[in-house]
Amino acid sequence: MSARIKKAIPLNRLIESLLPALAVLGALLVGAFLLLLLDVNPFEAYGSLVRGALGNVSGITQTLTTATPLLLVGIGICIAFRCDMFNMGGEGQIIVGALSATALSLTFSDLPSWILLPLTLLAGALAGLVWGGIPGWLKARMAVNETLSTVMMNQIALQLMTFLLQGPMLDPEQIAAGTNIPQSAALPTSVWLVRLVPRTLFHAGAILAVVLAIAVFFFLWRTTIGYRIRAVGKNPHASHYAGISVSRYVILSMALSGMFCGLAGAVEVTGIYHRMIEGLSSGYGFSGIVAALFGKLHPLGVIPASVLFGALLVGADKMQRAMQIPSALVLVLEGLIMLFVVASDLYVRKYSRRRVEDTT
Amino acid sequence: MLDELFALTTLIGILHSGVRLATPYLFAALGETFVQRSGVLNQGVDGIMLMGAFFAFYEVFQGYNLWIGVLAALVSGVLMGLLMAIISVTMQGEQRISGIGLYLFGRGLSSLLFKTLIGSVEGVSGFAKMSLPFLSALPGIGYIFFDHNILVYISYLLVPVTWLLINRTTFGLQIRAVGHNPEAADALGVNVNAIRYATLMIGGGLAGVAGASLSIGQLNIFQENMTNGIGFIAVALVYFGNWRAVGVLGGALLFSLVNALQLWVQVLDISIPLDLVVMMPYILTICVLIFTVQKVQRPAVLAKPYERGE
Repeated sequence: MSARIKKAIPLNRLIESLLPALAVLGALLVGAFLLLLLDVNPFEAYGSLVRGALGNVSGITQTLTTATPLLLVGIGICIAFRCDMFNMGGEGQIIVGALSATALSLTFSDLPSWILLPLTLLAGALAGLVWGGIPGWLKARMAVNETLSTVMMNQIALQLMTFLLQGPMLDPEQIAAGTNIPQSAALPTSVWLVRLVPRTLFHAGAILAVVLAIAVFFFLWRTTIGYRIRAVGKNPHASHYAGISVSRYVILSMALSGMFCGLAGAVEVTGIYHRMIEGLSSGYGFSGIVAALFGKLHPLGVIPASVLFGALLVGADKMQRAMQIPSALVLVLEGLIMLFVVASDLYVRKYSRRRVEDTT
Repeated sequence: MLDELFALTTLIGILHSGVRLATPYLFAALGETFVQRSGVLNQGVDGIMLMGAFFAFYEVFQGYNLWIGVLAALVSGVLMGLLMAIISVTMQGEQRISGIGLYLFGRGLSSLLFKTLIGSVEGVSGFAKMSLPFLSALPGIGYIFFDHNILVYISYLLVPVTWLLINRTTFGLQIRAVGHNPEAADALGVNVNAIRYATLMIGGGLAGVAGASLSIGQLNIFQENMTNGIGFIAVALVYFGNWRAVGVLGGALLFSLVNALQLWVQVLDISIPLDLVVMMPYILTICVLIFTVQKVQRPAVLAKPYERGE
């Protein structure tokens, strides 16, 4: 009997580690079926997607550039999720982060680069921290469902952006030209992030994101605060009796989560667009969640996951241009991947119960 | 005198819009009431609404009868509810995640279908106003309450129907039992999972019709992500309404009145920045959630999958 169990465990582990890949495969299969219904050859569609994302230097750098905000959002989602908080507000936090980064660098544009750039990124991070901290506080003190409050905060941020970009923050050149395209003035060159590959958009934000992912790993698993965040997430009652202030860590985890999303917004502004534009966050708040789940809510796992979903987004964009297949296909695939990942949890719970939780 | 008259007509106009705008909130939130009373949290309502809105619009755009459109929305909603049930009930998936997965899936698929099958924003002629005889002739009140399309009336009729079903039928008793104490319900022979499948399909179907009430009842167009988070607000309304049909009605009216007010502020060109006015419903939702903490009616096992003991 015991021999059978011993033999069974490695197989279960193997299947368990393959589950995310199976989820993607399942989503692609359902997606292929949908494409067939729409009279589109799925092989051509997926082929065009893969070629677009990884077929040449331009595709690869674009994939990595898109993976950067996904990674930042993803590690933020990880922190919140480890505290059993579901941050749906990445979208809004990215927006306020980008807005305040833009505002700060435009206001103090005369400062030298070495001080202005960190300040700009910090402004984005702080705005995100506040925007994420509010739902955290509401949850901890008022028991407000954080999924709903973060969704509402997204809508509020969106309106705030439209308001600012059409009024107070509207580019003076747009006003002068009378075109009034809702975007801010260009940021001073001193805050532009270095481009890692010439003549592409691939910028130094990617390095920052990877470094931060590693830092968050150490934070969550090697510090007392990280340990407490995870303890509260695993069992708030036990944590409470162990003397941990549950509400403090709930707020902290949401604030940190928002901070990374806000930073993602600041990085997008300083790395790619060099000004605040509408549609800056094209769904990264949601894609980041999918990437975080796919990376098993582990900061290091999110690194490859964000590259995968970056490739998916870039490839779908290329596919849309090449074959007129709407890039909304990505949302369908992301939704399906989420559903499959969450459904496969049953397997993990049912068959790996005997296994003692390892350190992760 | 003239000013006063103008103010009165404005007020009546706001109330009229408010009654009309409550419809999608009512359909979606009453459906979600069934779901949550059985102990399941479906946060994918917005995605289901988008699917319903698309299919209703598509059928009508193809020249079919408006009721075929409503039926298509209903069926697509039921199927989405079924999908949610498979993931959240049978596979016991974490419901906050599966709900968002369902939302992304519905939002993506409705956009994909719209882009491939229709392409650009088109209009259809949706449900026309159906002024009720005699009642609509009442001064003021007639226009406010009895001068709407038929989906509006159905959504209000659904309030007592929901109350009756949940509070006065065996099925409703089973729903409440399953949401309150699934072990006890199971021991008494109630099939917990079957009840939850049923409520998720009812909730999905109604969310689908909620979408239809937008695309072929109010706006008579389909746009990508046209719900703009109404589905999420509907989930919040169930909390606000204390998991009761009448409470949900109150919440839906509060919301739609704020929306109507916001529309009228736009129409009357009052000098408040429009974007700040559009924020109001969302800020209100957060406030509403703050003041509806831990009520008695809350299903005891909300969002917890049921697993039979060995």
